[in-house]
Amino acid sequence: MITSLAKESLLEVCELDTHTLDDYESERPRWCKGCGDHGVLAALQRVLRKNNLEPENVVAVSGIGCSSRLPHYLKTYGFHGIHGRALPISTGVRLARPELPVITIMGDGDCFSIGGNHWLHAIRYNINAVVLVLDNEVYALTKMQASPTTPDGWKTNTTPQGTYLHPLNPLSAVMGMTNVSFLAQTATWLPAHLDETIEKAWDHKGLSFVRILQRCPVFMPTAFGEGGLNFPVVFLEHEEGIPVHPLLRKRGEAQAHNHRDINEAQRVAVTVDPAPMGLLYQNPDVPTYEEIRWQRTDRLDRQTFLERLDAEMDRYTVS
Amino acid sequence: MSGPRRIRLPEHTVEIVSDAGEGAQKAAIAFAQLCAKAGNGLWTVEIIPSEIRPPPHTTGSASGNRIRLAERSRVTNAGNRANVVLAFNEMALLSRLQAQSLADGVLVLIDDQWATHDMEQYQRSYREVLDQCRAQGAKIIEVPLERETLRYVEDAQRGKNMFAVGILCALYSKEPSVLEGVIRDIFKDKSSEVVEVAVELAHAGYQYGVTHLDECFEITATPTDVPKVAMNGNTALGLGAIAAGFELCSMYPITPATSASHALSEVFEHLGGFVHQAEDEIAAIGVAMGASYAGKTALTITSGPGMALKTEFQGLAVMTETPLVIVDVQRGGPSTGLPTKIEQSDLLHAIYGAPGDAPKVVIAPSTIEECYYILSVARKIAEEFRMLVIVLSDANLATGQQLFDRPDMSKTPQRAPLDLSPVPPGTLPYDWDPTTGLSQRLIPGQPGGMGVTTSLNHDRDGKACYDSERNQRGHAMRSRKLAALQQTLNRPTVHGAAEGDLLLVGWGSTRGAIEEAVDMARSEGLSVSSVHIQFLSPLPPGLKDIFTRFQRVITVELNYSDDWDDPLITEENRRYGQLAWLLRAATLLDIDCFAKVPGRPYMPVELVDEVKRILGSQQSIEPSAPPHAATQGAQP
Repeated sequence: MITSLAKESLLEVCELDTHTLDDYESERPRWCKGCGDHGVLAALQRVLRKNNLEPENVVAVSGIGCSSRLPHYLKTYGFHGIHGRALPISTGVRLARPELPVITIMGDGDCFSIGGNHWLHAIRYNINAVVLVLDNEVYALTKMQASPTTPDGWKTNTTPQGTYLHPLNPLSAVMGMTNVSFLAQTATWLPAHLDETIEKAWDHKGLSFVRILQRCPVFMPTAFGEGGLNFPVVFLEHEEGIPVHPLLRKRGEAQAHNHRDINEAQRVAVTVDPAPMGLLYQNPDVPTYEEIRWQRTDRLDRQTFLERLDAEMDRYTVS
Repeated sequence: MSGPRRIRLPEHTVEIVSDAGEGAQKAAIAFAQLCAKAGNGLWTVEIIPSEIRPPPHTTGSASGNRIRLAERSRVTNAGNRANVVLAFNEMALLSRLQAQSLADGVLVLIDDQWATHDMEQYQRSYREVLDQCRAQGAKIIEVPLERETLRYVEDAQRGKNMFAVGILCALYSKEPSVLEGVIRDIFKDKSSEVVEVAVELAHAGYQYGVTHLDECFEITATPTDVPKVAMNGNTALGLGAIAAGFELCSMYPITPATSASHALSEVFEHLGGFVHQAEDEIAAIGVAMGASYAGKTALTITSGPGMALKTEFQGLAVMTETPLVIVDVQRGGPSTGLPTKIEQSDLLHAIYGAPGDAPKVVIAPSTIEECYYILSVARKIAEEFRMLVIVLSDANLATGQQLFDRPDMSKTPQRAPLDLSPVPPGTLPYDWDPTTGLSQRLIPGQPGGMGVTTSLNHDRDGKACYDSERNQRGHAMRSRKLAALQQTLNRPTVHGAAEGDLLLVGWGSTRGAIEEAVDMARSEGLSVSSVHIQFLSPLPPGLKDIFTRFQRVITVELNYSDDWDDPLITEENRRYGQLAWLLRAATLLDIDCFAKVPGRPYMPVELVDEVKRILGSQQSIEPSAPPHAATQGAQP
């Protein structure tokens, strides 16, 4: 009797609560073959399944660009907005509905250029969200213009003689911001590392900023040393960081790194060659903006609300 | 009884002006509250320089308030030229003369310290300005503001405003004990030392007044049983936002909108919501957009330049059919323009300002009382129609104070809880009713409703699509909601007779001045009426029918139009006031405009003058009538 009850309820639990990857898949992605966006989508789906999230309780917000199509292919609630503005929208979602996990997906032009102001301030707000920048170092959807991270001297349609400025270093910019709570870098040609980085970001409470290096196979096929083949990297290693599996060590050396030490993280963030991969910085104690705001805001029933509003009118009542 | 002789009056308009930072605004607030407590109806308007501390003793530094007080409890506008001005120096006085804000026989009360000031230059300009006033028929009373104040404090800058308000208390035969209560309330956050000195100075000013003034005024109040509140339009918007059930206002500081957010910030957390100060105007609307998308309709408050920065997001709100409310407290433009002064120049921008065809709802409060209620209306429309609603207030409503009936809390709209009930899988996110374009919104957290909300063109299933048929349909559905809303609107009521020689058409804060002008003109036997438009997009029904009962129709607006007499202006190139553009297009009638940018509200008398000028040269609005330009002899 007891056994059969337990069996039934176990079954019920399994049926209700377990999701498969299919539950997070909507239509077939329309990205180019070989584009790293595919890998990020798959990694996200895996992290959602691993955490067994109800698809209706997840919100994916993006801007405009190739990578910003991602919410179309993820079967959760999604908001594909306008260029550069994914972070304000994500902030609004978090402030209004702190119970909904938010994933923000942007491209390099989206986040670092047109959305630059929002980027810096979002780090300071430290909303609880996973923020992924899919950085292919070029504007691809608009057909190959230089982005803030386009490498030195590269020729694009707006820099036919080569770029004029050194590329922006997003890692040092993030590490320079007040309230930074999580920074990691990974690449789509390192799928296991990508998966584990996104998982780590998911588990962090606060704004988990992840820069994902990925090659655009159409406009920048030789970027990142032909998509990682000849790209110098160094893996940041710490027992609580992103694991550096033996296979990874063939791609680059591992270097001990304490991601709790902001000075060490800032030092690593300014190095670009070899590119640091892994968890640069994490501080789980930075309060999130939505937490701060709701802690100071009274939740009222209607009666109390009306009484307080009425009392407010006393201040202005003259006769 | 000794003391000044009392003159009974139905109403008066007073201006109090000082250098910025000398406290004329505080004095005016105290005086206005004193009048309000006595039961006088009132309307106040701030006189504000654009800088915090402009060079002192210049016309650009004049700061203060205009207060119109009356026997009747309902005052709808800032009135005509002032009857009394209390100036802390002659340059502040001169600024009001230059603004043509003072009546010819104005009573001037001015600090006499400048007559004997160490600076020869001040002595000279003091004499010159007073001579100029006398030449215009002003009566001048020199008062020892600075001298008397120095008997109580070391720094007269911190106190002469209280002495001044004491004099006004005597001048208007008000109770000094009530004034004392008002001052104690205004300074309640200050040290007791500051409060006591302020009270002492006010009493001293009062004593000075009753001893030295020959005559004083008495404007009795009409007793009323209905409790009244006095507040400015931005405070009314702030409290109205709370009453409307908003939980988030996302903003970026901009004059003259910011004080609405101040009013909100002060009390919102205590009342279940908060103000988010974003990093810029774009983020401000973006955060509001995110909250609205997540099911909690949010609000953003801004002014013209901020509206410009928000236009891309406005298009997004329209395309995604996300309910959203924007308040635009209009100021003078273009660009930085006149940041502290009134204009109604954002109308067409509000209606059309967004990339692509983006149908929006645009409404405008016409009184401070309406500022309180309009956000409930805006929110309801935004949610039921899944639309962007823009509320156009302006600097006049924002900083003016008006008395109105205390809002009845039992009429506060219910805050509906978030509906997160599951929907069948495959439920369409834009299940448009083909007649109205209306559809049920899906909210994150609702099982079965997962899908992407996109800024790209989409069909009923919400998925991006690029073909002509579905692009046309999306546009039609979004546009049809405006028509559906229009069908629910009432025909506006005409103020005055339903037919006649001239109809004035207004929108926004000009209502009080227009209707008062109509009443004045009608009492002189002129055949003029007015109609006020609260819904600018969609326009209410019946306008053409109303208009064709009048010989001429003219809009009255505080925005720019070319004058028929200006060089080069012809029938072909004349730019009309913004409402006139709209109404001409909507009705195909030859509607003219009185549209100027004085940076201050219209005075009823100047509208009466305009009415007389127009009725002196009768024209018809029938399309067949000869156009105005032709009769002015303009070149074709």
